Amino acid sequence: MNAHAQACAVTSAASPDGVLRERGQREVFCGLTGIVWLHRKIQDAFFLVVGSRTCAHLIQSAAGVMIFAEPRFATAIMEERDLAGLVDANDELDRIVTQLLARRPEIKLLFLVGSCPSEVIKLDLSRAALRLSQRFSPGVRVLNYSGSGIETTFTQGEDACLASLVPVLPAADRSARPSLLVVGALADVVEDQFKRTFAALGIDQVAFLPPRRSSELPAIGPETRVLLAQPFLGDTARALEERGCRRIAAPFPLGGEGTALWLAAAADAFGVSHAHVERTIAPLKARAERALARYRAQLAGKRVFLFPDSQIEIPLARFLSREIGMELVEVGTPYLHRDHLASELALLPGGTQLSEGQDVERQLDRCRDARPDLVVCGLGLANPLEAEGLTTKWSIELIFTPIQGFEQAGDLAELFARPLLRQTRLAV
Amino acid sequence: MQLSVWTYEGPPHIGAMRIATAMRDVHYVLHAPQGDTYADLLFTMIERRDRRPPVTYTTFQARDLGGDTADLLQSAVRAAYERFQPQAMLVGASCTAELIQDDPGGLAQALKLPIPVIPLELPAYQRKENWGASETFYRIVRALAASSADGSPRREREAGARPVCNLLGPTALGFRHRDDLAEVTRQVVELGIEINVVAPWNATPADLARLPQAGFNIVLYPEIALTAAQWLHRQFGQPFTRTIPIGVGATRDFIAEVAALAGVDASPVLARSESRLPWYSRSVDSTYLTGKRVFIFGDATHAVAAARVATQELGFEVVGLGTYAREFAREIREAAAVYGVEPLITDDYLEVEARVGELRPELVLGTQMERHIAKRLGIPCAVISAPCHVQDFPARYSPQMGFEGANVLFDTWVHPLMMGLEEHLLGMFREDHEFADHAPSHLGAASAAPAPAPLRVVETVTSTELAWASDAERELTKIPFFVRGKARRNTERFARERNVNLITLETLYDAKAHFGR
Repeated sequence: MNAHAQACAVTSAASPDGVLRERGQREVFCGLTGIVWLHRKIQDAFFLVVGSRTCAHLIQSAAGVMIFAEPRFATAIMEERDLAGLVDANDELDRIVTQLLARRPEIKLLFLVGSCPSEVIKLDLSRAALRLSQRFSPGVRVLNYSGSGIETTFTQGEDACLASLVPVLPAADRSARPSLLVVGALADVVEDQFKRTFAALGIDQVAFLPPRRSSELPAIGPETRVLLAQPFLGDTARALEERGCRRIAAPFPLGGEGTALWLAAAADAFGVSHAHVERTIAPLKARAERALARYRAQLAGKRVFLFPDSQIEIPLARFLSREIGMELVEVGTPYLHRDHLASELALLPGGTQLSEGQDVERQLDRCRDARPDLVVCGLGLANPLEAEGLTTKWSIELIFTPIQGFEQAGDLAELFARPLLRQTRLAV
Repeated sequence: MQLSVWTYEGPPHIGAMRIATAMRDVHYVLHAPQGDTYADLLFTMIERRDRRPPVTYTTFQARDLGGDTADLLQSAVRAAYERFQPQAMLVGASCTAELIQDDPGGLAQALKLPIPVIPLELPAYQRKENWGASETFYRIVRALAASSADGSPRREREAGARPVCNLLGPTALGFRHRDDLAEVTRQVVELGIEINVVAPWNATPADLARLPQAGFNIVLYPEIALTAAQWLHRQFGQPFTRTIPIGVGATRDFIAEVAALAGVDASPVLARSESRLPWYSRSVDSTYLTGKRVFIFGDATHAVAAARVATQELGFEVVGLGTYAREFAREIREAAAVYGVEPLITDDYLEVEARVGELRPELVLGTQMERHIAKRLGIPCAVISAPCHVQDFPARYSPQMGFEGANVLFDTWVHPLMMGLEEHLLGMFREDHEFADHAPSHLGAASAAPAPAPLRVVETVTSTELAWASDAERELTKIPFFVRGKARRNTERFARERNVNLITLETLYDAKAHFGR
């Protein structure tokens, strides 16, 4: 009984800052899931997970559908003899990579992606990547990162992937003009919109990480200003800072306000005049506000509960609260990066209940007690909560849908409005 | 290591989850890293279950590995027991936890909970989902049935008492298990047989303890329930059924087998039970089904059953038969020998795709993956087996088993071909400009292409040895395109066998006379 009391004591604690920190079952994806969107973003890259049948099953299940063509990801499934030491796992990996590259000659960048089992048996993928890079150079570059669940939660897989790219980014010329590097996978259409807006602001040296092709790796150096497009890129930002880049502190480009502040922070770093920023951004922001008005009417005053999932919960909560007028019951995040989220946290209404980490059963208890109008949660929880009479929004859609920027502000709001609208339509 | 782009089966602990989720008042504590909780969505999204699977994951992280993951497991077991109050607890490890060797079963048993704690050892680096389901069901049956009974053989039924059986096999996330169960239950009840326990579907641990009370067992899915049924046979002398009631003939055989085990007369039930399949298959509209070349792939039970229905009940020709389940390779080999085809035992869908490409069947019966393969190749397809897709849990009643199941099979296998008949009409009117070969087709881009893929394939293979005279080539285009590939293959085979290098009009019609349609 005593041991039990102790166990309880460490599973849940409200810290002095009011953030509820919990340890228990975490109902979240691991970092391997990032492959689902990353492989589509970098079009000549291939992601080879070195893992188990569970890893392969996870990715195909998270991808949601069966594959329609041969995808640019696969799993090297470790088998008994790989673990028993009967064969050298490195030889096996080399054999598989050789087989794969022979079959897919269009691949220019290969990521070896570590998994829970490969981490636990301490298979050194960085050495394997080096060895294979030398063998297949110059045609194919081989990098590695870990998407394992013991080290990464969902979107941290993208962070690990991008961080692995940083050391191979070329160095910018000493004489290079200041340039902007936007970091974090965005839909192509969103990138193009941002590129146009930056150009209108007078910032024309703009590159994106990850690039669409591995041959388009941006050059970086001390004159590079880094603007994070996603809030889960702690390691990537650190790696870039270690190469001399400077991060621009900003909220994230969700909603009209978030996008305006994000762009303005970049413009400020490039010395663009406030008047010019205002002139450029105002019409775009106004259009976003027009798009949001309809949803604000539907959603204002509704109470929303966010389960931890992708780390975009805090920027989302800020958007839902400030631009849509929703009331925040609880905002969960798998990990709270205080530094990168500082400007977001400052914008949240005072007293917002934040939670970091998860004990899913306790969190479900709180959610049921609160009876929110809308629950933002993962796919494992959504239907069971609907069956209990709660209305839900799948959080994964917030990662797979273009939601950043002015032109997507309305789309973002619509994602939250649709489940509620559906409730009002159905009479069965 | 094995390079896998897509897998037919998940790891074995997913199989264990299918058993636990099918049951009531059971809880499964899975020692597993963060991320393995993805498995919940298979049940809540694909099967649209309204409850979370009864599974607690320890979701350990790297920082726990340095500390005490054993403690984490024990506190998870304790918390799960207190919260869910199950009648029995399953405890096991996923692939990663297997490597850290915490002995979850032993640790859980050490807590001395007042309920049965059943350890599961599911070797994740050797075995797969179906094996995991089978092993879990066997372990749970063994633990719960053995503990309740005194080990003595079943009691003889008193004279005049109704015969009693168990139905074994239906699980969560099973291909049409929900509806098969309803159909078979109806059939068994009609025979005057009482059903003692259905398991694992909706069974409680207390129900499993009553398994020995039945006279015999009906095994619906050998992949899941054969091992448990064999143990029940050894332990309690309960015989079990071997026939899988998929198709009219197999359903009749099944009824006869069940009646014999129960000691009842099957003839009244056989006399009044009927399916529409036999008449539909004999009606003249179905003559065009004759000799359709069909490729079959799935779990062994569904694949073997489909081959029988295809040949005996629809008049198709089986040109390929295979399974992804190595545990049941023998059954597939035996059946393949009956149909005179090469068995395909593989869990690599690219191999399956290659075989379908080679064989050029007119219909594919397979899993959701074969549906995609068939779509790519422009071949009609029906799904007959797991792995499951959200479409495989239809709102309507749609069993595969029993007489109603046979009706479902007729519809779902023939409807893609009905469209084939429309294409035949298209072929008849092909001289009309709006019915050119590149007219839009429901079969997608592959068949809508001006020159269908098979022609190109064959041409490249044969260009070095065989040539077509231009008038013969022109004549070939007058043949409806969906049999054109076959006509070309047959003609070329005919020519090659006779050492003819140039195929003329005469060769074409000589070959036609030789092979017939």
